[in-house]
Amino acid sequence: MNAPTPPPGGGCRSAPVLKERGQREVFCGLTGIIWLHRKMQDAFFLVVGSRTCAHLLQSAAGVMIFAEPRFGTAILEEGDLAGLADAHVELDREVARLLERRPDIRQLFLVGSCPSEVIKIDLSRAAERLSQVHAPHVRVLNYSGSGIETTFTEGEDACLASMVPVLPETTARELLVVGALPDVVEDQMLALLSDMGVGPVRCLPARRIDHETAIGPNTQFILAQPFLGETHAALERRGATHIPAPFPFGEEGTTAWLKAIAQEFDVPPEAFAAATDAPRARARRAIAQASEHLNGRSIFFFPDSQLEIPLARFLTRECGMSAVEVGSPYIHDAIHGPDLDLLPAGPQISEGQDVDLQLDRVRAARPDLTVCGLGLANPLEAEGLATKWAIELVFTPVHFYEQAGDLAGLFSRPLRRKSLLKVEAAE
Amino acid sequence: MKLTVWTYEGPPHVGAMRVATGMKGLHYILHAPQGDTYADLLFTMIERRNHRPPVSYTTFQARDLGSDTAHLFKDACQDAVDRFQPEAIIVGASCTAELIQDDPGGMAETMDLGGIPVIPLELPSYQRKENFGADETFYQIVRTLAKPQERTERVSCNILGGTALGFRHRDDIQEITALLYDLGIDVNVAAPLDATPADIARMPAAHFNVLLYPETGEAAARFLEKNHGQPYTKIVPIGVGATRDFVGEVGKILGKNFSPDESRLRLPWWSASVDSTYLTGKRVFLFGDGSHVMAMARVARDEMGFEVVGMGCFNREMARPLRTMAKDYGVEALITDDYLEVEATIERLAPEMIMGTQMERHIGKRLGIPCAVISAPVHVQDFPARYSPVMGFEGANVLFDTLVHPLVMGLEEHLLTMFRDDFEFHDAAGPSHHGGHSPKPLEEVENTGASGGSIVGQMKDGAHPADNVIWLSDAERELKKIPFFVRGKARRNTEAFAADRGLAEISLDTLYEAKAHYAR
Repeated sequence: MNAPTPPPGGGCRSAPVLKERGQREVFCGLTGIIWLHRKMQDAFFLVVGSRTCAHLLQSAAGVMIFAEPRFGTAILEEGDLAGLADAHVELDREVARLLERRPDIRQLFLVGSCPSEVIKIDLSRAAERLSQVHAPHVRVLNYSGSGIETTFTEGEDACLASMVPVLPETTARELLVVGALPDVVEDQMLALLSDMGVGPVRCLPARRIDHETAIGPNTQFILAQPFLGETHAALERRGATHIPAPFPFGEEGTTAWLKAIAQEFDVPPEAFAAATDAPRARARRAIAQASEHLNGRSIFFFPDSQLEIPLARFLTRECGMSAVEVGSPYIHDAIHGPDLDLLPAGPQISEGQDVDLQLDRVRAARPDLTVCGLGLANPLEAEGLATKWAIELVFTPVHFYEQAGDLAGLFSRPLRRKSLLKVEAAE
Repeated sequence: MKLTVWTYEGPPHVGAMRVATGMKGLHYILHAPQGDTYADLLFTMIERRNHRPPVSYTTFQARDLGSDTAHLFKDACQDAVDRFQPEAIIVGASCTAELIQDDPGGMAETMDLGGIPVIPLELPSYQRKENFGADETFYQIVRTLAKPQERTERVSCNILGGTALGFRHRDDIQEITALLYDLGIDVNVAAPLDATPADIARMPAAHFNVLLYPETGEAAARFLEKNHGQPYTKIVPIGVGATRDFVGEVGKILGKNFSPDESRLRLPWWSASVDSTYLTGKRVFLFGDGSHVMAMARVARDEMGFEVVGMGCFNREMARPLRTMAKDYGVEALITDDYLEVEATIERLAPEMIMGTQMERHIGKRLGIPCAVISAPVHVQDFPARYSPVMGFEGANVLFDTLVHPLVMGLEEHLLTMFRDDFEFHDAAGPSHHGGHSPKPLEEVENTGASGGSIVGQMKDGAHPADNVIWLSDAERELKKIPFFVRGKARRNTEAFAADRGLAEISLDTLYEAKAHYAR
């Protein structure tokens, strides 16, 4: 039960951060709806926005999920811009129609967008009004997923933060795990915690509104995702205590994360070892296999999901890679600090983006692997740089021991593929 | 305010991007918030483009709104011109920037950008959509850049309307260029796809214009006709008949009589050969952009021998000609951009095949109806590596294959009918050449609605009983023995037959009476 060793040459927590402001090649926060609507099975996400928002939602997923999407866009039209009072009337009508058609919906999120923010449609007022109309069957909340307010995964942060104030109060000393995880991963995590003797464990978001999660001054919460700054603040405002930890990627990250909980909940070392020894060994074996192609290679992260820092820590410490630049849309010391402590000094840490300048840097560095968004991947491949699409890291089960090998595999596959193909692209 | 789940068209600035990305040497400065860059992936992923679209986004944030977003635009504009050195720029706003009224066009005109042409775009995001955006952008580019000049010595034409992300535009333009070359006609400029601003400037040198894609090129065609005296073709050469008519139309413009080389054309014989007999009277439903649907309806009826049971388009701009054609075909036209309405119509009509967009492919998947994709919007698998135009004579050959592939093969149909209870070769296994895509057994298809129900309520059975006709159990059992690819039709026909005769119940006899009645 050893704490992870800090790198001999020091970590990156106090390294100078290159802050940039310019064109950002990232999604807006609406994109989070793609996974949140699957995670919360009784929730519907109604974006109040433009045709662009609707088009983004169907394009961002890569493929359209035609199996009954629990999201939609109320597209603002010319008339809605002219009279805001009418926009509220129209919204009420659309919501009533929707809830009538979908009696299975228990939570409705009104999601603000760039246009709704700019014309100042007050969705919190609308949510309050609609809550009164449709209570107790449906709870109506609102948050902003707009591009002027949120970057990609910050949409999930805004969504979870909007739920915190309405969660019931408790004085119980309970662990709350925060951040949407694929169901299979969440079940693995709950099993690990239960084996350690920690329980009951609450999750935010819960799969259904009936699985009510309560919070209070004795709640200890830990983040499962590194992009939940607002939710972190909202939970602290309600008196809950944050357990800081590196994020549960890879064997080392998962162990450190579980250990932070173990310490807080006084899990005896033997119980911890009994619960984790076998999966730790499995994870190490899987990583060793999958990271064969990663060893000694360099990696460059474009900012995308805020997963960059913990992933760079995993790839450098457990897979033998060296990081050239680690870009993140935002860096929160309280959240990313433990991972920055462990990330060996050397890479340029950057926050924000000016995409053209960053492209100049990646072309100069010519890393073995570049992690970037879908808009940049093929153009960089065409310049001979191997890439990994960042969005896959958000859409794939990658947390905890049993996925550690898969996570390394996501990065090694583009390199393996490059070494397998014996054809040059014709130009 | 209108609730939308999936859209057939993006916003108008995405149309402008299709023009800019198709062209070379042009740059688009788009006043837009963070997040609107998602549109880049349409081109880099769906179309597999190996360059970033030539678009600079100003990326304003909430905190900029109180102060100054104008300087963000000016900086982005200056940086883009310095870095990419375009021959010309187009400037405009996305939906959010339209609301803050910074006037990108006006600002760019006051800047010193080295004298390159600046083309401002006014694209009303809250009224219009993607195709309008492309059409209007191309028109503005042509209006600004095209210069009066002498006609070329040899007879030449321009090809109008091809864009990035278009359905088979790359290959259609190549095919039609070759067809025109065979007729002794040079292509002066094909635009917007692959054209530079300098190419646009010399468009008026052509003798006439070929408008391949009315959705994205008609405003420019009209402008060139009015201001540069260039007539343009109105026939979209999709299918054998339309290609021949197109050649006739070109001949009429030039006062010549052409007889094109048809030695590579195979559709007529493939369609006449006996193996195709089983295609006779297959009931098809068409949906997509107006131009493709109208052209494909003719191919379906006159060149494949299908029965067209319905047609529609998502672009209102084409509503009038499509309604006229539908009337001529004896069917109702469906003009809507609401895919739920399209789904309901397909469910009601129970066609044996859908000819549609990627949306209809998904609808078909849900209802267990095969679908051939004939129109944008399309997904990555509809940008084939091989040469596969849908226009001209080779295009007709491609269409034959496209329309036959989703269907169960002729002899297989018979075998499935004869041995429908074979445990390995039962009808629910689907067409034998589509391993991974076989429709599920009907019971499962009926159950897939359970994951939450669509927003119009639970999915109905692919062929639901009419409101006031009851199926007796022996008839219902017999119906289930009918192979899946004709079951919907059989149910529908039988119910219509019963309704016509005022029958309240359908018995085994009614089923076979109806079968005899509809025999063909």
